[in-house]
Amino acid sequence: MEIGFILNGKRIKSDIADDATLFSVLRDKGCYSVKCGCETENCGLCTVLVNGKSRLSCSFLAARVDNCEVVTLEGVQKEAEEFGMYLAGEGAEQCGFCSPGLIMNVLAMEQELESPDEESIKEYLSGNLCRCSGYVSQLRAINKYLNRGGV
Amino acid sequence: MEHKMRTVNTPVIKKDAKALVTGKPVYTDDLAPKDSLIVKILRSPHAHALIKNIDTTRAEAAEGIVCVLTYKDVPNKRFTMAGQTYPEPSPYDRLILDQRLRFVGDAVAIIAGESERAVEHAMRFIKVEYEVLEPVLDFHKAKDGDILVHPEDNWKSLCPVGADNKRNLCASGIDEDGDVDEIISGCDYVVEEVYHTKANQQAMMETFQAFTYLDSYGRLNVVASTQIPFHTRRILAHALDIPKSQVRVIKPRIGGGFGAKQTVVAEVYAAIVTMKTGKPAKMIYTRYESQIASSPRHEMEIKVRIGADKNGLIQAIDVYTLSNTGAFGEHGPTTVGLSGHKSIPLYGRAKAFRFAYDVVYTNHMSAGAYRGYGATQGLFAVESAVNELAAKLHMDPVVLREKNMVQEGDVMPAYYGETLNSCALDRCMARAKEMIDWDKKFPYVDMGNGKVRSVGVAMAMQGSAISNVDVASVEIRLNDDGFYTLLIGASDMGTGCDTTLSQVAADCLECDLDEIVVHGTDTDVSPYDSGSYASSTMYLTGMAVVKACEEIRGKIVKKASEYLNCDKETLEFDGKRVFQPEGDLEISLKDIGNQIMCCNDDTISAGATHTSNVSPPPFMVGMAEIELDKETGTVEMVDYVAVVDCGTTVNPNLARVQTEGGIAQGIGMALYEEISYTEKGQLRENSFMQYKLPTRMDVGDIRVEFESSYEPTGPFGAKSIGEIVINTPSPAIANAVANASGVYVRTLPITAEKIYQGMKNK
Repeated sequence: MEIGFILNGKRIKSDIADDATLFSVLRDKGCYSVKCGCETENCGLCTVLVNGKSRLSCSFLAARVDNCEVVTLEGVQKEAEEFGMYLAGEGAEQCGFCSPGLIMNVLAMEQELESPDEESIKEYLSGNLCRCSGYVSQLRAINKYLNRGGV
Repeated sequence: MEHKMRTVNTPVIKKDAKALVTGKPVYTDDLAPKDSLIVKILRSPHAHALIKNIDTTRAEAAEGIVCVLTYKDVPNKRFTMAGQTYPEPSPYDRLILDQRLRFVGDAVAIIAGESERAVEHAMRFIKVEYEVLEPVLDFHKAKDGDILVHPEDNWKSLCPVGADNKRNLCASGIDEDGDVDEIISGCDYVVEEVYHTKANQQAMMETFQAFTYLDSYGRLNVVASTQIPFHTRRILAHALDIPKSQVRVIKPRIGGGFGAKQTVVAEVYAAIVTMKTGKPAKMIYTRYESQIASSPRHEMEIKVRIGADKNGLIQAIDVYTLSNTGAFGEHGPTTVGLSGHKSIPLYGRAKAFRFAYDVVYTNHMSAGAYRGYGATQGLFAVESAVNELAAKLHMDPVVLREKNMVQEGDVMPAYYGETLNSCALDRCMARAKEMIDWDKKFPYVDMGNGKVRSVGVAMAMQGSAISNVDVASVEIRLNDDGFYTLLIGASDMGTGCDTTLSQVAADCLECDLDEIVVHGTDTDVSPYDSGSYASSTMYLTGMAVVKACEEIRGKIVKKASEYLNCDKETLEFDGKRVFQPEGDLEISLKDIGNQIMCCNDDTISAGATHTSNVSPPPFMVGMAEIELDKETGTVEMVDYVAVVDCGTTVNPNLARVQTEGGIAQGIGMALYEEISYTEKGQLRENSFMQYKLPTRMDVGDIRVEFESSYEPTGPFGAKSIGEIVINTPSPAIANAVANASGVYVRTLPITAEKIYQGMKNK
């Protein structure tokens, strides 16, 4: 089937298999930041934004994004780098494989939650697994990022 | 040479950080040619079977299918997938495809085609007739049992590790000093218990992945997510029966390894497809495959006997380990060694020890290397037994350890007789105790709501590289404008060694970190390195960097003396210029770099190789604080405190995150990550839905500090950090659980059910 959607600000058309996942369509379109870690909605690596909400693209049918707006890390490079360097400042990015999914979800969280405390941050991001860091360095980075500008 | 630390011991950001956090396509699957054939494996539904007939004609004729391979199409030469220095201690027990299938998930056929859809569709057309055999599923019954996992005549063991395929033995041995039985029989207090750890998955976020193609010279090029590029070159040459000169292995960025990628899990399947078809091919493991057919930790059952006098002085330690290597022997003979050699030596006052072991084949998936490599299992057992001994003595387990722990200067009979040059274990203990407020919280605090908060403790050690085996090499070159290229053969897998080794080089050459360009591993380009495993990278490769830098400094000064027309003995190099302290002559490094590119017959480069006849242990103390619900047995992590002696921390941030990450993995092992098989030998926890990695809600707070010692044989005093960090959570949490509930859980993971049952049965 043919679908049309806005990918990182550009309107595109795509001929997809009926059962294609959004993950596979995005990789085909060259959005290589989108990773797959589990295939079962457990790891959060494939997180992208669909109409501004964070979604797990590995189990999201591509057909559902017809007429939607999809954003991957490729579409938010400036924001990714800004938060990403806070991660790197802690050494928290480690292997980096889960970073794109985490960063997408942190950006979504920033839009959705107003001055979240540590418990709500952990809860919001609990679906983003990381096997390298043990999470506490990520939390240090997120706290510093959210409090940037010395507020 | 005196080294001043300018970059070393500072928390610089990793050189690849920006690419990683902006999601650049730098991993194996991102880089694979778009026309790569998709390779998949038809896997055995039986734990033990022979292929009686296999018919691939329909699958081969299916649309988009390029090749289907069975055991008839592969070389009949056994090899091991274990990434170890040749001759490998792991037996040569594998074929790429075999007529005998040895676990549920074992490879039956390889199928490659133009798309994932085509391959998955055609796979169901491969017709296999199996002769189903009885499997060996209970590892207690494997040794000398009636059913053999490897009855074949061309099974081969290259090293004297006590392996015997006719007895289902992958390895067997004993090491002892003094008369353990006699000493223990004279002890006032003896603990004798059996501890059981599971075949945990490394579960790195990037699964096993590789792609292959033939280059312009017709050579097999392999781009793989691997910790061991050079071993992979050799292993693939063995497996495919082609000369090593025909294989090139390139390591891109890796999405985590933790030892999983110290085994050639996926590479061989893509490689044989490319060899057969001449086409690029890629093998991307699914998470399901990574769970059921990979290289997890060796399941071990460890019997510990510890004897102490009435004052709590440990007199003797006796350890027997039964290790389950599964269907193949990857890392079987070596992991088991660490279960005794890296647990017993913590107690330096003991008069005798014995460490005996058997490593058996079963019809489970093959085990492999996982961070800690046997030490993790051994330390769960020995540290738990020491905690149980403390309980028997009515002694604080911290006090018991303070009386018995190994100290700097000790000779360690259970650690290959090495003398301990650097050890801050006593300081680690003192600081950890302070950080968690042990004296106030031990053994527990009743919260008054049916819950108690309790604390538990464990110590750990590991090694730094494999002594008298591992080899690390680097090359460094001076370029125009005076920047350097550092070629390393060690594999950065997210650990940051590209950066930390550059830090060492920058300090040795007194330059900025940006002046060092680092090149990751490509076996055609990089100097030989055994690989990033066995906690070797900073300790061994770091030392190779130090040596290479000293050599290139000499060459820079010599070249400068030619350009300045003076005696080189009158010159000094300060990183920016070569100059005469007593005279006027000087030339900048930039000018030297530019001048050597014109009319010059000296290469200003240096290569160095390093090996070590010792493996200095890092040390660590971990203390867990948990909250236990007395009604349900549920455990929640509250706080985890760790103090580590890894010698000098080359990059404190990266060392800290290694530690925090290792602890979180250890918490997973302790509390959540179960591995179980059905009675037919099928692994139950075959996805992240069943195999529960800890999330950020599960780990509690983790607080890490360092107590540095100075290791004279390491670069800038550094030892290792990568593995030791996973070793303390299981025994420390088990101790906290016992302090809260009186129940010692000796089989991991420590679930609410086990605690509840234990409390009920008391």
